[in-house]
Amino acid sequence: MEITLPPVDLGAITPELIVTGTALVILLVDLFLPRDRKTPLAYLSLLGLVLAFAASLPLWGRARYAFKESISLDPFSLFFSSLFLLIAALTILISTNYLEREEIHRGEYYALLLFATLGMMLLAKGMDLVVLFLGLETLSISLYTLAGFMRARLRSNESALKYLLLGAFASGFLLYGIAFLYGATGTTNLKKVAVFLGKGAPLSDPFLFIGAGLLIVGFGFKVATVPFHMWAPDVYEGAPTSVTAFMIAGTKAAAFSAFLRIFLYSLAPLKPNWSAVLWVLAVLTMTLGNVVAIAQQNIKRMLAYSSIAHAGYILVAVVAGGELGGSSILFYLLAYALMNLGAFAVVILLGQKGEENLNLPDYAGVGYRHPLPALAMAIFMFSLAGIPPTAGFMGKFYVFSAAVKAGYIGLAIIGVLNSVVSVFFYLRVTVMMYMREPRAEVGPIYTSPALAAALVIAVWGTLQLGLFPGRLLELALRSIRPLLG
Amino acid sequence: MVPLSAYLILSAFLFATGVVGVATRRNVLIIFMSIELMLNAVNLAFVAFSRFLHSMDGQIIVLFVMTVAAAEVAVGLAIIIALFRNKETVDVAEINLMKW
Repeated sequence: MEITLPPVDLGAITPELIVTGTALVILLVDLFLPRDRKTPLAYLSLLGLVLAFAASLPLWGRARYAFKESISLDPFSLFFSSLFLLIAALTILISTNYLEREEIHRGEYYALLLFATLGMMLLAKGMDLVVLFLGLETLSISLYTLAGFMRARLRSNESALKYLLLGAFASGFLLYGIAFLYGATGTTNLKKVAVFLGKGAPLSDPFLFIGAGLLIVGFGFKVATVPFHMWAPDVYEGAPTSVTAFMIAGTKAAAFSAFLRIFLYSLAPLKPNWSAVLWVLAVLTMTLGNVVAIAQQNIKRMLAYSSIAHAGYILVAVVAGGELGGSSILFYLLAYALMNLGAFAVVILLGQKGEENLNLPDYAGVGYRHPLPALAMAIFMFSLAGIPPTAGFMGKFYVFSAAVKAGYIGLAIIGVLNSVVSVFFYLRVTVMMYMREPRAEVGPIYTSPALAAALVIAVWGTLQLGLFPGRLLELALRSIRPLLG
Repeated sequence: MVPLSAYLILSAFLFATGVVGVATRRNVLIIFMSIELMLNAVNLAFVAFSRFLHSMDGQIIVLFVMTVAAAEVAVGLAIIIALFRNKETVDVAEINLMKW
């Protein structure tokens, strides 16, 4: 037994270092800013995110490993890091205004958001189960705090507590899964696990199955698949709206990036076993998410159930697997992030102080009072429902066609039926906005250039991916290939 | 020498105790302790595997897990205190503004 320290290759993690550095600088600068002027911190964090993105560009060239193969710099991890940086940037754009309105504009918010982004980037880059675990915890612990950021509000406290308890509970399962995988293969390195299983090792080792099963439970909690979803609606409803947007778009993508690396890459030889389990989870998740979303009156809660349903669609693509399934997941996650962040931007825009004006009837007549935000919301709802020419339609199209091509026709049919059901509650928002009389007078809406910019980016992205999906799909294909070997 | 299975059975027992604790207890602090018990069960499994595989990795991971658990506790207790200030209870059954 000997411990050797891996060579330090800071060049491989420059984007992460920049994000961390920015977060620390923000904590420091925060001390010198007066209480009511925290907006510079938003620009500072945006600057950090842009620099991190710029620093990640030179890494695209050639795939390589760093830190003794515990960090992987392949197109897959870089695709996801860029996605996370985009999600974080959009979240910051929609946050400033909201934080001021709710009187919780404090500097830690931005630092925590950046730390969470760091965790997500590590999740995408980690090639070792320990790195994945650390990334996941960096992400989760930052998010527990962010979910409870409205300290004086009981709902926010409750959201943070539930997220913490269920999150830590899930981490326990995940870690136990890692322990068994380690016991079965003698390593925590995903590449070595893949090599070990690939060279005809006995695939009947019970430790292996226990490990894979526990990992599915752990990730099931993190991405909120049925039956591990019960925390999600409460947490998403109670957390500050901007944080909810970040969690829905970001955590899901981050957890899926790690999930794909473990299951599509390392545990690929076990696919016949785990795909049967995921088949069932996918059906349950899609159906429950969509059916329960119909009954929701609170928009945040409705979007929470919708996010559960979308996790189900993504699982369909995981079951399908292969180049088509894998690339459709990457495409879907980007589309999903854009339309959800956009929808939440509108929810923030139309909301009132104290987390008010978030119920469906509050949206009556918005189409006439605030035509532009309503139009944007309609586009996002169409996209979430999967109606062309939007990103959501192309995403679902690729997911279901991957399932059909892989021979999972039943699964694809259930998925399509589910998206038909989902049209009902997404379009109800649009109907409410355009076909109902406005309610009694509500306060003015607060807008800001940042929020408007986020909305424009989200609308543009949603339509762009819907009309010209080719280039991104090509990038997604290129990104998923290194995983499939 | 004590066989690997003995350690793993103990670890599984501790883990199950933790899971049952989370599922059945109503006091937030006890739920939290049950989660810590789960993590320690995992640590035991790691150390046992490490010993029997003659690989150091498992023991290093335990150090990481303990560090992360400490961070989780720090944040967790802060959240519980914030909640307690607004609503003087640590009973999860009473923390139900939103339905489960």
